[in-house]
Amino acid sequence: MDENLKRDIILDNYTNPENKSRVEDESYIGVNSNNSSCIDNIDLWVKIEDGIIKDIKFDGEACAISTASTSIMTKELAGKTIDEARKFIENFYNMINEEEYDENALNEALVFDTIYKQANRKTCATLPYKGIQDAIDIYEKR
Amino acid sequence: MNVMKDFPMLNKDIIYLDNGATTFKPQCVIDAMSDYYSNYCANAHRGDYDISLKVDMAYEGTRDKVQKFINAKHREEIIFTSGATESLNLIVNGFFDNVMEAGDEILISDSEHASNVLPWFRLAQNRGAVIKYVQLDESFHVTLEAVKRSITPKTKVIALAEITNVVGDIRPIKEITDFAHKNNIFVVVDGAQSVPHKKCDVQDSDVDFLAFSAHKMCGPTGVGVLYGKRELLESVIPVNFGGGMNESFDSEKEVFLKELPTRLEAGTPNIAGVIGLGAAIEYLEQVGMDNIFYHEISLKKYLVEGLSRIPFIDIINDECDSGILAFNVDGIFAQDVAIYLNKYNVCVRAGNHCAKILKKSVGVRNTVRVSLYFYNTKEEIDTLIDLLSDRDKIMKEMI
Repeated sequence: MDENLKRDIILDNYTNPENKSRVEDESYIGVNSNNSSCIDNIDLWVKIEDGIIKDIKFDGEACAISTASTSIMTKELAGKTIDEARKFIENFYNMINEEEYDENALNEALVFDTIYKQANRKTCATLPYKGIQDAIDIYEKR
Repeated sequence: MNVMKDFPMLNKDIIYLDNGATTFKPQCVIDAMSDYYSNYCANAHRGDYDISLKVDMAYEGTRDKVQKFINAKHREEIIFTSGATESLNLIVNGFFDNVMEAGDEILISDSEHASNVLPWFRLAQNRGAVIKYVQLDESFHVTLEAVKRSITPKTKVIALAEITNVVGDIRPIKEITDFAHKNNIFVVVDGAQSVPHKKCDVQDSDVDFLAFSAHKMCGPTGVGVLYGKRELLESVIPVNFGGGMNESFDSEKEVFLKELPTRLEAGTPNIAGVIGLGAAIEYLEQVGMDNIFYHEISLKKYLVEGLSRIPFIDIINDECDSGILAFNVDGIFAQDVAIYLNKYNVCVRAGNHCAKILKKSVGVRNTVRVSLYFYNTKEEIDTLIDLLSDRDKIMKEMI
């Protein structure tokens, strides 16, 4: 992907993030995701029904990379089954960790394919994925 | 101030504006520590041979330098610790733990650093004491009047930073102490952000305890100082027991401890660090504490003037006389601003700066913080202001 296009997508998702709102609905699983090494702090609310992620909302204070990554994730994972979501998450982590990954399966999340060059921002990009994994774990333990 | 040549870190094309976190070290400090390790590496308090005697002289010589530096009355009022954090913990756990009764009040403020909050939280929990907060004024400063309003007959101790690490206000410690003592209240001062930057006189301010760290004043990491009035330190029960601090022990009932200050310095101390601190103090005195303070103030003023001209920058604390400035760029997360500046080798800090409870007063959780020291220059400030004056550029380059 062209570097300018990547930047535009990240900035667009940062300044006008999708699904950014607080949720008071009990049918959502609420989790907090934060980095001990930086100041990003995001709350996620995930609605999972019959093994399908129906909706994801988020709020919090976080940097451009974290916010954009969360916005993109909420769009990409909504509608996926838990198994599909897990595959997407694993694929995303593989990209971040410079391992083999399927670039065709990541859509907009591919904008972070060179984030490994800034080691201190890898944790920013993966922050929402840490949160959604926690939410899925909570769902599965119920 | 012509000090560039003294600091190896100052010729690396880095603009370092995070001096509240730690400071660069002049070559003389590095040399003093290296000299100890290279030429007279032995333990302290073992004066049976020449090099050990030399260690004692250097180690205890630093105590004298610290005493003079903060104008303490007695040399045994200077206790070496691992840093301001340990100093504060030692005094909370070794002194206040013994005098605090259920219902007693501890007065702190919302803008204290974690190390002047969390030890008190724990003490309050263990002893049934109560934490009270001085109300900050509209500029987030602590005033004498606010302190007066906050004390009650139950107030046992007032614990405040002389200069806070986010708001940067200089608290009227002398006046607060005078008032506190008239009401039989102890005063503990966190000097981590003040002792490195302005002249300190503990006899003049009359504070009971003062904590500070070497690494924030051109010294090495891992060393700090606890100052306490002798009569108060005499009643401190050591937190650490071990070698060096005991006179004799034959059984658990017959343990005799040494006099101050050794009694409170169990184990082999950070000898190289203490020697480095001694060199740092000598260096700072050579530069002159008043020169340091005035240089920082004028630089801060210059910075505030520059940033005030940028419409999308919101300065949190433009009204205080210290080298600390917290601000935000409208619509851009503090960390992104720091990451953008880092691309130009400008080091600033983003975050809550360990003052997590400040949020309830200021309403802003995270800020960009610039903290100056005497080696910073107008040219560096010009570069910073220039980098911050184009919001589109920040947005474009922060990712």
